[in-house]
Amino acid sequence: MHHTLSVLVENKPGVLMRVASLFARRGFNIDSLAVGITEDPTLSRMTIVVSAEDTPLEQVTKQLHKLINVLKIQDLDPKEMIDRELVLFKVNAPPERRHEIIEIANVFRAKIVDVGKQSLTIEATGTSEKLLAMEDLLRTYGIKELARTGKIALARGSKDA
Amino acid sequence: MRISGAQALVRSLQNEGVEVVFGYPGGVALPIFDALFDVESPRTILVRHEQAAVHAADGYARVTGRPAAAIVTSGPGATNTVTGIANAFMDSIPMVVFTAQVATHVIGTDAFQESDMTGITIPITKHNYLVKSAEELPGVIKEAYHIASTGRPGPVLIDIPVDVSKGEIDYHYPETVNLPGYKPTYKGHTKQIKQAAGLIAKARKPLLYAGGGVLASGAWKELKELAELMQLPVVTTLMGKGCFPEDHHLFVGMPGMHGAKYTNYTITETDLLIGVGVRFDDRVTGKLSSFASKSKVIHIDIDPAEIGKNKAADVPIVGDAKNVLAAIVAELRKMGAEPHTDAWMRVIDDWRSRYPFHYHTPEGVLMPEYVVERIRELTKDRPTVITTEVGQNQMWSCQYTHIREPRTWVSSGGLGTMGFGFPAAMGAQLGRPEHLVIDIAGDGSIQMNIQELATAKINHIPVKIVILNNGVLGMVHQWQELFYGERYASSILNQDIPDFVKVAEAYGCLGLRVTDPADLDATLLKAFEYDGPVIVDCRVPSSENVYPMVAPGGSIDEMLGGIPGGPVSEMLDDELLEEVWE
Repeated sequence: MHHTLSVLVENKPGVLMRVASLFARRGFNIDSLAVGITEDPTLSRMTIVVSAEDTPLEQVTKQLHKLINVLKIQDLDPKEMIDRELVLFKVNAPPERRHEIIEIANVFRAKIVDVGKQSLTIEATGTSEKLLAMEDLLRTYGIKELARTGKIALARGSKDA
Repeated sequence: MRISGAQALVRSLQNEGVEVVFGYPGGVALPIFDALFDVESPRTILVRHEQAAVHAADGYARVTGRPAAAIVTSGPGATNTVTGIANAFMDSIPMVVFTAQVATHVIGTDAFQESDMTGITIPITKHNYLVKSAEELPGVIKEAYHIASTGRPGPVLIDIPVDVSKGEIDYHYPETVNLPGYKPTYKGHTKQIKQAAGLIAKARKPLLYAGGGVLASGAWKELKELAELMQLPVVTTLMGKGCFPEDHHLFVGMPGMHGAKYTNYTITETDLLIGVGVRFDDRVTGKLSSFASKSKVIHIDIDPAEIGKNKAADVPIVGDAKNVLAAIVAELRKMGAEPHTDAWMRVIDDWRSRYPFHYHTPEGVLMPEYVVERIRELTKDRPTVITTEVGQNQMWSCQYTHIREPRTWVSSGGLGTMGFGFPAAMGAQLGRPEHLVIDIAGDGSIQMNIQELATAKINHIPVKIVILNNGVLGMVHQWQELFYGERYASSILNQDIPDFVKVAEAYGCLGLRVTDPADLDATLLKAFEYDGPVIVDCRVPSSENVYPMVAPGGSIDEMLGGIPGGPVSEMLDDELLEEVWE
């Protein structure tokens, strides 16, 4: 089962290594990890996607809490979070097929950010599901290179007044 | 007044009340040792290997409850501390290890004697620091001692580049720390404390299972109060040994792989296991699914990650053992709870009388168990600290000593570090100068840090090393006999090499040898009275095994060796059991 952990940490050297190595030594594989500073420049937010059952995940979360530089951990509820990922696709695009690819990009509200003689580079954002669907379609043209940022997420705002 | 980073380090140690530093100098550590050269306190003890410096700081902390310091140079000096740090981490022992580092401008260039110590020690420290400027140093030291000694204690490492120790600052030691990500929970949750008290008041076959956390918290008084108030039997783990007096009628031994049968039967039969500062370690539980399987579990620990890690808890209580136990006692008094464990204690006493530890003594042969028993009897009336190495010597020490005073038992639990006992004994002796300090060793383990005889002799640290010399790596040999078809691969040493008496003498210490059990008492007494370090080389047979024993992965009530008996389902006296429920 996939869990999306939102981890607020002190923005200090070495913190990423402390967090990443903790997952590794407790036997967890990180599916994706994205880090950046927050509204408070002394803090960074890590969005970590891991596959784990609930009990082992609780153990690793408790261990994570013990790191001195970790301030807060949320295991985000998929129904109560906004999550996005950004992907760059460099796709094989001989001139005769360009328009098909551009059409696919439009359907997914993606942008063409670079045009080469035999390729197009597309920037797409969205949920992981949407990006996977897009990747599937683009695969028929041949994906030359692909880079993704990893998921970032926040809990939804409260609906109460 | 401007002082150097190294002087600031020394001043910070003084501010923290650190009395002793165990160290070994080297290139980039020179500014620090130069600053230590000027002061009376902390006293610097020069060891002969950096691993021993850390073990000595560890031993000091175990007997005093206060963190000491180890200071070493970069590169190999620093990497030599790794085993000691891992050992302290596994056993939650407070200490601060200072490693010198190459200058900041060459970090990352594979400079001479550079090693990435913060990187290497992330998994084995509670926290660590690479200090980038001298201004930061006092604040970092303040934080390090705070983190090491509060919450669940543990080792903290501070890596100090040489230009930082040479840099000049205006010294100011902060009064407080600001660590937003570090807030240990000391007070137990009221609702859970009430729930725990309710279960304890009702239980017919309760059992206290106390570990190192009781010692770390200084909760032995509260533990005894709870046990006596409700007449609860108590088992203590290897790490908890001494937190409850082992000559008390409620004391039921050490559980686990080499615990007594009666101890393991008691755990298997209990209906309420009250874990205090324990982590349900595999050497205690054996096969988890059959460990205390008839029991509800109350688990008290300051580290939330320990609760439910190995065994689910019905009543989890995160908090400091001292606080939580006192609160439970208060709650039980308020409820007017009364003890009703008479019959349960009779069940346990019946097992105890039928399944004591025992061994056979062939005529004229010095048995290792006998050596430990005589150490126990001869030190009965004097304050004594026992340290051990790891293996058979350690297990016999667990079985045959009766520790009565908290923090007088020093043994490597989680990591199982051979070579720990002797340097730890030196640290213990410095922490408790009035105590007799005895390291019960094996001939394998003692050779892992035997160079420290020089440190002990030169610094007048009069520890007594009693070697149970059987000429083999005893525990390995035992497993090979039982599980590897008696193929003794790489486990045969040689009783005569080295000649431990001559080794002792070469270092200016007293060396004694015992082969005949009739000479044991006189020899031990001579060693104990001698004003200086001593080795007593006790020649014991290699064929002797530690029993009883839970086979790896087995249920703890099904033990090999010892007096035949078990599993517990066959060991119950029906009449006595009925009385439990009356």
